[in-house]
Amino acid sequence: MIKDEKMKEIKDSTKKWEETTVDKAISRFPERKKEFKTGSGLKVDRLYTPENVEDLDYENDLGYPGQYPYTRGVQPTMYRGRLWTMRMYAGFATAAESNKRYKYLVEQGSTGLSVAFDLPTQIGYDSDHSLAEGEVGKVGVAIDSLKDMELLFDGIPLDKVSTSMTINAPASVLLAMYIAVAEKQGVSQEKLRGTIQNDILKEYIARGTYIFPTEESMRLITNIFEYCSENVPKWNTISISGYHIREAGSTAAQEVGFTLADGIAYVEAAIKAGLDVDSFAPRLSFFFNAHNDLLEEVAKYRAARRLWARIMKERFGAKNPKSMMLKFHTQTGGSTLTAQQPENNVVRVAIQTLAAVLGGTQSLHTNSKDEALALPSETSVRTALRTQQIVAHESGVTETIDPLAGSYYVEAKTDEIEEKAMEYIKNIDEMGGAPKAIDEGYIQKEIMDAAYNYQKDIESGENIVVGMNKFQAEEEAPKDLLKVDPAVGEMQKDRIKALKEERDNEAVSDKLENLRKACESDENVMPYIIDAVKEYATLGEICGVMREIFGEYEQAVML
Amino acid sequence: MDRPIRVLVAKPGLDGHDRGAKVIARALRDASMEVIYTGLRQTPEQIVAAAIQEDVDVVAMSILSGAHNHLFPKVVKLFKEEGVEDVLVIGGGVIPDDDIPGLKEAGIAEVFTPGTPTTKTIEFIKNNLKK
Amino acid sequence: MVLNLDLINKLLRGDKRTCARMITKIENNEKEAEDILKGIYEHTGNAHIIGITGPPGGGKSTLTYRLSKELSNQGKKVGIIAIDPTSPFTGGSILGDRIRMNKLATDPNVFIRSMGTRGHLGGLSKATHGGIKVFDAYGCDYIFVETVGVGQSEVDIVKTADTVVMVMVPGLGDDIQAIKAGIMEIADIFAINKSDLEGSERTTREIRMMVEMGNEEKKPPILNVIANQNEGIRELIEEIHKHKEYLISTGKLEEKRLERIRSEIITLIEDEIKSRIFNDKDVYKLLDNVLKDVYNKELDPYTAKDKLFKAII
Repeated sequence: MIKDEKMKEIKDSTKKWEETTVDKAISRFPERKKEFKTGSGLKVDRLYTPENVEDLDYENDLGYPGQYPYTRGVQPTMYRGRLWTMRMYAGFATAAESNKRYKYLVEQGSTGLSVAFDLPTQIGYDSDHSLAEGEVGKVGVAIDSLKDMELLFDGIPLDKVSTSMTINAPASVLLAMYIAVAEKQGVSQEKLRGTIQNDILKEYIARGTYIFPTEESMRLITNIFEYCSENVPKWNTISISGYHIREAGSTAAQEVGFTLADGIAYVEAAIKAGLDVDSFAPRLSFFFNAHNDLLEEVAKYRAARRLWARIMKERFGAKNPKSMMLKFHTQTGGSTLTAQQPENNVVRVAIQTLAAVLGGTQSLHTNSKDEALALPSETSVRTALRTQQIVAHESGVTETIDPLAGSYYVEAKTDEIEEKAMEYIKNIDEMGGAPKAIDEGYIQKEIMDAAYNYQKDIESGENIVVGMNKFQAEEEAPKDLLKVDPAVGEMQKDRIKALKEERDNEAVSDKLENLRKACESDENVMPYIIDAVKEYATLGEICGVMREIFGEYEQAVML
Repeated sequence: MDRPIRVLVAKPGLDGHDRGAKVIARALRDASMEVIYTGLRQTPEQIVAAAIQEDVDVVAMSILSGAHNHLFPKVVKLFKEEGVEDVLVIGGGVIPDDDIPGLKEAGIAEVFTPGTPTTKTIEFIKNNLKK
Repeated sequence: MVLNLDLINKLLRGDKRTCARMITKIENNEKEAEDILKGIYEHTGNAHIIGITGPPGGGKSTLTYRLSKELSNQGKKVGIIAIDPTSPFTGGSILGDRIRMNKLATDPNVFIRSMGTRGHLGGLSKATHGGIKVFDAYGCDYIFVETVGVGQSEVDIVKTADTVVMVMVPGLGDDIQAIKAGIMEIADIFAINKSDLEGSERTTREIRMMVEMGNEEKKPPILNVIANQNEGIRELIEEIHKHKEYLISTGKLEEKRLERIRSEIITLIEDEIKSRIFNDKDVYKLLDNVLKDVYNKELDPYTAKDKLFKAII
């Protein structure tokens, strides 16, 4: 961007500054550390100058918001047009209780719903399954059948809200239930807006709520892509998630590299299944973490956007600009929160919110301060939402687009993260793609190494976490923590029992039999799942049929 | 001591967040222990059976889903039913302070909450072996 | 001996905790270890010992799991010894084979024991041999020994098995050439796992060629299996049985076991000599005394050895 002779002058003067001013200062006041690093271990220099962005080609590398390669944002006006969706992840205990929390959040100004399911639901077991013991309603709402789903969205008009569902292995079943509830409300499926997470690869890598083996899971995912492109066109069919990869301990660059490698695998699977790239790619969305190293995080989002645009255009030959846009949801980093002095977490979440917003997120969930201790209480959820509202309305960072662009440091880090992520993608390509790399444990091991190094740096005091390994204080145990009533499990069991008595059991077995046949053939299973949920077949019954046909995934663990 | 301390590291329940379990497994290995890692979705029955077959000194469990009040005590109970009293049972994860006294009463020797340095866990194990 | 009689009876009755505790004592080389081994010896020799070996990443644990599950379903009692490497630096280890097998933890017919290689010389085979004997006396019909898949200790362990299943996976390519030397003489059966993967035919072909070029009198059979889908498991068990029948009918089983006893006794003598010498503190004093002399070139290490040897024996 800067002419050669001018650049030479700058290099010379930088050198001069280092040799005179800096050296003198350092001889009197040494710097705090020998080496400075970002939150995820990238080297940080003392000063960034035009020299660091010497090769930056403004139009090719940054361009304009809403234009390829989307480094500066996917929408032409970004937050000047519309603020991001403030979407608070919530759900616990029973459908009825979660429904209350959703209504509360909508009243408080939340603009999208985000459903958390309990673990049995996420793994395709009904609440009365022996493995569900002690888990029902704990980390989210228990959904056993359409009955629960009807209760969950009671009084919430599904043509008005957009709903995000954190559901992966049984995503097809929960989407089918959502479609069925909408139909009962008189809302046709082409009007539905929302997202299912549906990202099985990161379950294998980091989150652990998998059911079926890789190939069968990829088939279910492409079945959903296909069904939605024809019937639920406004639905985001997958949320390719780096969030959990980061939570598992990855670096920022790994988060981008591994997530996009997963994305590539989904695109390849869909193309292999005969879909046209531009028919499904516009509905792909992403989900990233926000950690405390503000500028590194901003660089990460920008790098991810640019890299994905280039991959979609160059590697997959996408023509539709929407196929190239990396739209993403952000959640602030759960693993950055401390159980010690939980009020400090409010500050962390504020920094992370800034990072996500300065990085151009499309929607955001902010964690509540008590999440390292328990499920968030209503007041702490409100503070977390208020944090977003303060950044949106008071901080001023929303008034211009991508305000950190052109910062020597941020641009240099954007380049560096893109480069490192690309290296991971290359390695994974060489192994035969993300599913293979997961099977061999490569991705898991890279993440685990980063996580263990981080832990060692914490214990040595190299990394400081305020209140945890420095600036500790005596404190009283926090009060008002939310507890799930242990009776929820029994209540759900009773509901299942009643359901099985009142529904048309013959119709249920017919529909399950049809589903079984569809699973064995290469037909799209979605219509059969929808038929089955409408007859009130339970989630466990439907997943049970699929378990029989598809088998179960076995985790590749690398220690 | 001439023999390595044997520890079973297990994730009871359905929760798949195994970062903590893996980090502690590595830390125990680096502290010269023999770690038997059983992976995700372990039932209390499987944990106890594995601990008996492996003749471990310690069972270390991690739960982040909130199912600890149900699953941790069940492991201790099963050990008692088998007549095993010389295995040190410890737990970790997202566990509210309020729950800790109850868990200890149920026989969990110590509960390690988020932010506990691995060195503290290692020390605790070394000082509280029952064999 | 009297002390152990009770314990031994408990083991023979199939008590899991006794079985586990005995293996621990042997692994740790505790004082009672030898008495236990003496006491149970007469009750051994009934189990079919099967080595499961092959390069890392081949799915040995999953295969062992499937084989054991099938045999247990048939009402057989199965013992599994799963070996993982110990870190030479810390002496610690992470033994992860159970991840693939722990669904069998609660199966009354199955007993799984994980072992670290634990650096010390001969230690592994000693513990493994001991573990096998305990399982044998405990009443196992089959004992699987799943090895690390690399290194010299491999060959030792494999010698303890009646039947060795070499687990291969497609796509090894050049690796086959590299490991060829070591595997021909130990494999009794080749199991090509993950046979649904690309390149499985090629791998099968390459192994077949290798087998046909070899000059063994009994060519090892080659089987295609997909362990994680439970395919080919029964066929593999059948081959394992056939191999045992072959050993019995040709008298090779006795030959094999005699050789095993021979090498076991030699190892025991070696260990005994070593421990007698090095458990004596005076030996170290003598050793320390000559160090300086060797350093100053007043003595060479070989003469020093002769000198010490004379003093000791």
